[in-house]
Amino acid sequence: MRTRLNNNRNGFLFALPWIIGFLVFSAYPLFSSLYYSFTQFNPVSPAKWVGLQNYRLMFQDPLFYKSLQNTFIYALVSTPLNLGIALCLAALINKKFRGRGVARTIFFLPSVIPMVASTMVWIWMFDPTYGLLNNTLSKFGIHGPAWLTDPHYTKAALLIIGAWCTGTTMLICIAALQDVPNSYYESAEIDGANAFVRFMKITLPCVAHVVVYQGILNLINAFQYFTQVNVILTASAGGANAVGSGGPENSILMYPLYLFYNAFTFMDMGRSCAMAWVLFILVGLLTILVLKINKRTLSNGMGGE
Amino acid sequence: MSTRTVRMVKSMIKYVIIAGLCLIFLAPFIVMITTSLKTMDDAFTIPVKVFPRVLTLKNYPDAVQRIPYFRYMGNTAIITALTLVGQLIVTPMVAYSLSLIDWKGAKVISALLMATMMIPYTVTMIPLYQIWHTFGLTNTYAPLIVPAFFGNSFYIILMRQFFKSLPKSLMEAARIDGANEFQRYVLIALPLCKPALTTIGIYTFLAAWSDYLGPLIYITKKDMFTLSLGLQDFMSQYTIEWTMLMAAATIFVLPTVILFAIFQRNFVEGISTTGIKS
Repeated sequence: MRTRLNNNRNGFLFALPWIIGFLVFSAYPLFSSLYYSFTQFNPVSPAKWVGLQNYRLMFQDPLFYKSLQNTFIYALVSTPLNLGIALCLAALINKKFRGRGVARTIFFLPSVIPMVASTMVWIWMFDPTYGLLNNTLSKFGIHGPAWLTDPHYTKAALLIIGAWCTGTTMLICIAALQDVPNSYYESAEIDGANAFVRFMKITLPCVAHVVVYQGILNLINAFQYFTQVNVILTASAGGANAVGSGGPENSILMYPLYLFYNAFTFMDMGRSCAMAWVLFILVGLLTILVLKINKRTLSNGMGGE
Repeated sequence: MSTRTVRMVKSMIKYVIIAGLCLIFLAPFIVMITTSLKTMDDAFTIPVKVFPRVLTLKNYPDAVQRIPYFRYMGNTAIITALTLVGQLIVTPMVAYSLSLIDWKGAKVISALLMATMMIPYTVTMIPLYQIWHTFGLTNTYAPLIVPAFFGNSFYIILMRQFFKSLPKSLMEAARIDGANEFQRYVLIALPLCKPALTTIGIYTFLAAWSDYLGPLIYITKKDMFTLSLGLQDFMSQYTIEWTMLMAAATIFVLPTVILFAIFQRNFVEGISTTGIKS
């Protein structure tokens, strides 16, 4: 009895920093941002209740839809793209060979370095005249586009940067591949299944749960995509901060960026809290949806075997 | 063709593909370093060459004088160091409570840890700003450092997994010897968790060193900038001083690459375990 009480006291005391942090830095902000979304406020004027006005104005705002559309396009293309690349890289260096460690390091390195620095290098590489990318393309007779100023190509540029940063997902895919029992492959080989069939029938089902989980994380991250676009837009504005620009024809006005502008450029923090809650609900719904679909396909897959 | 030659050809093809991919992934690093060794004229001469026509080291001293580079670096280092102190003190404490103390709250807190990781930063960003603003602490490093002293859900989960893998008998033995909870924590748990602590330390270092959004929101005074904000100083409305910028970026990137090179194993293991287990 005494130890129980002691345990409860000790457990509480050891966890106390996190409990305080949770209340102050997570729980309180979570609910107060819901409250703020029904108010008009900024740092210099106190919150004033305005009911649903923020939401009403938001749903009439064409830039809101534009940013939502941009974000959806980016999320829905980048997630399968990044997963595919990560899985391919992982499959390629899964088996032991000389230089495997070096290759793994190189594929992972982009995920280690500061994103601001790497984004700046990419801006330089995307330079239509002096950048490495177009100069390499021209060697193959391809006339490269103005990646960051032509609205048809800006999202492609972002996808390229994103695909370059799939190292973390790749590492997790390698770990998942290592868990697939070797005996599965051996018996499949005896049955005469070729590499492609083996990959589709053994590897994919075995790592499916990991891939789906990584997919959800990728999706959530895509909906919070901010740093790269902000650095790109800052560079094109000549180093000036938060200028409220969304790139050529607002083609890279991502949702979190527009939210950020609303808060810190237009000083309309109530509106940006409303945007944040719409995003929160959307991401939550998407996560549930992906999990549901996954459950069905996974159980179907099991039944079909 | 015999099966052996087929195998050889196959592995050759694989090597070529992997080498090509490595080159593509390394390209931005190569461009960053080679551009930093070029003169401005060289970088803007057609046809563009990857390697400098004239090798120059001048961009490095120029870059650190053109902007208050060492000041920015010092600022970044202070934030990083204090964040590290916070995370390294608090993470094992909380993780210990959740894994090695048998108490009522452990389950609830473990569930809440997962839940807090699902909250997008955009939702809490503005109320958090409001809190710091109310206390007059914007344009100080408090908003960037203080939260580290209250733990981070991801790191705590990582550390909790580690503690759970420790043999129970160690703690039991210490308990029978009459060691109290605090002594068991300091004398047994802490020394054992060094590998996990290293992993968390690396993650914390990288996150703090590279942080962009935090300083962007809270720091507007130029002499308080971190490196990720300060690199913008090379940009003006008419031109970007690419050669100096790339030199500055190289110095900025270097500590992270060195750290990664030294602690690669911790890295890979940390990521792999969290990715699979969760």
